[in-house]
Amino acid sequence: MSDLNTQAVMRYKNSFLKEVEERVEDGYWVKMCMQCGVCAGSCPFGPHWEHSPQKIFMMIRAGKRDEVLKTDSMWMCTSCYNCIARCPRKLPITHIMHGLANYSYRLGLSPKGQPNQAIARLFWNNAIKSGRVNELTFSLAMYFKDGIVQGIKNSLAMQGIGLGLMKAKRLNPMEILGGHTCKDKGSIHKMIAKAREIEDRRRGLA
Amino acid sequence: MAKKQYAFYPGCSSQKGASASNFLTSIGVMCDKLDIQLNEIPDWNCCGASIGYAEGGELPRLVLNARNLALTEQNMPGMDMVSGCPACWLSSRETAERLQEHSSLLAETNEALKEAGLNLKGHVHARHMTEVLIEDIGYAAMKAPVVKPLEGLKIAGYVGCQTNRPFGIAGESFENPMYLDKMIETVGAEAVKYDQKVTCCGGALAFSEPEKSQKQIRSIVESAYDSGADMIVTPCQLCQANVEIYQSEINKKQGTKFNIPVVYYTQLMTVAYGGSAKDAGLNGQLIKADKLEKIANK
Repeated sequence: MSDLNTQAVMRYKNSFLKEVEERVEDGYWVKMCMQCGVCAGSCPFGPHWEHSPQKIFMMIRAGKRDEVLKTDSMWMCTSCYNCIARCPRKLPITHIMHGLANYSYRLGLSPKGQPNQAIARLFWNNAIKSGRVNELTFSLAMYFKDGIVQGIKNSLAMQGIGLGLMKAKRLNPMEILGGHTCKDKGSIHKMIAKAREIEDRRRGLA
Repeated sequence: MAKKQYAFYPGCSSQKGASASNFLTSIGVMCDKLDIQLNEIPDWNCCGASIGYAEGGELPRLVLNARNLALTEQNMPGMDMVSGCPACWLSSRETAERLQEHSSLLAETNEALKEAGLNLKGHVHARHMTEVLIEDIGYAAMKAPVVKPLEGLKIAGYVGCQTNRPFGIAGESFENPMYLDKMIETVGAEAVKYDQKVTCCGGALAFSEPEKSQKQIRSIVESAYDSGADMIVTPCQLCQANVEIYQSEINKKQGTKFNIPVVYYTQLMTVAYGGSAKDAGLNGQLIKADKLEKIANK
C-alpha cells in the first residue's frame, strides 16, 4: 500500500464519502444521486462495468472504499457523455468517473495493466511532451506497452491500416523524429508542473 | 461583405500528416465561400482530450486548455475561439465555463499560467465549427453558394458523442439532433433515417478495447447500410477515423463485407460549393467516396 493511501485511510477513517467529496473531481455531487439507474442503462460499455455508476455512487455512500478504488469499472468510460446528458439531477457523472479513476491511480490502487488506464496515461504524457499529440509515437507506445514481442505482433496486425493511412497522408512516418511541436513547450511543462503541485497540495496528495 | 473573423483552434489530429489532415484541407473552400476567416491561434497546444484524465487530473487539464484561451484573449481580443474538433471544443468550453463558475479554480489556473507568462480573464467564448455555421451563418446562407447540389446521394448523418453531448447545439435534442440532417439536405443530398446517429464509436478506447469498440462500430455501419445510405457523414475526427478504419478489421474477423465511405460535412459542402476532389481532401479517404468524387469531377 502506498504512503498516500495509508495517509488517506488514517485521515478519513470511516468516511469514504467525505474523502470523495474533498479529493475527487466533482465528488461533492455524489450525494445528489437518487439511484434511478438511467446512467447504468445509458452507458455504451455498460455490460463491461463491474459496478455501474449508479452502484458506485451507492457504494461510496456505504463506505465501500476498497471495492470502489480497486475496480476497473471507471476505466470503461468512453467519455460519450450520455450519462451526463440523461441524468435527471444533472450530476456530471463522466467527470466523477474520471475523477475516481484518477484518484485511485494516484493512490496506487487502480488495477495494474488495465489497458484503458495505459492509453489514458500514454496519451497525456505524449501530448505534454511537445505540447501536441504525436499520433505515430502514441500509436507505437500503445502497441508496445506489453513488451516488444506483443508490440511486433500488434504492429504487424495493423500494418495494412498503417500503410493505408500513410498513402492517404494521414500518418507521417517522419513523425518518429519529433513531428509537430509547440514552440513554447518549455513553458507548458512548467505550468503543468505548477498546476499539479497546486492541485496535489489542495487534495492532500503532496 | 467583410469576412467574419474567428480565432481558430485546429487541434492535433487536423495537422499536416495527421489522421484528420483532410478535414483541415476541406474547410478552406467552405469557409471562403461562406465569408468566414479562420485565424490560427499562435502556438496553440493539445486540449488533453477526455482520455487524458488518468495522468492529468483536473487542474492540469484546465490549465492546458486555459493556455489556448489566454492566447486567444491576448492575440485575438474579442474573437470567439472556433474548433473543428469536438474534443478540442468540449475541453475548451468545459474549461471556460468551469473557470467562470469557480473563481478559486480561476485563481489557481492563473497561478499556473504565470509560469508561461500568461493570464486569463476568462471572457473567451469557445465554439464548434458547426455551431458557427448554424448560428452565425444559417441554413439559407449555407445553401446560397451551392453550385453542384449533391442530388441522388443518400447519406447517414452520424453526429456521434462529443459534438452532441454534453453541450450540443442550442435548441437541438441530445437523443435525436436534426442539424446534421438539415445540413445534408441544405447541400442537396438526402438524409436517410438513421437510428445510430448518436451512438458512441468507442472513442479513444477503440485503441485499447478493440473488441468492445468494434461492436459499437459494427452497429453504426450496419444501421447505415440498413437505411440505404451511400455514405456516412460526421462532424467528428475520431468518429471518422474509427468508423472508417476499423471496417476492414471487422470484415477480417467477422466475415462482413463493409465498405462504406465516411466523410466530414466539410467535404460535402466543399464539393457542393464547386470545390475539386482535392479541395475536399477526398484523396484522404481509406474507403473511396466514389459517388462524391464523381460529383466533384463533373
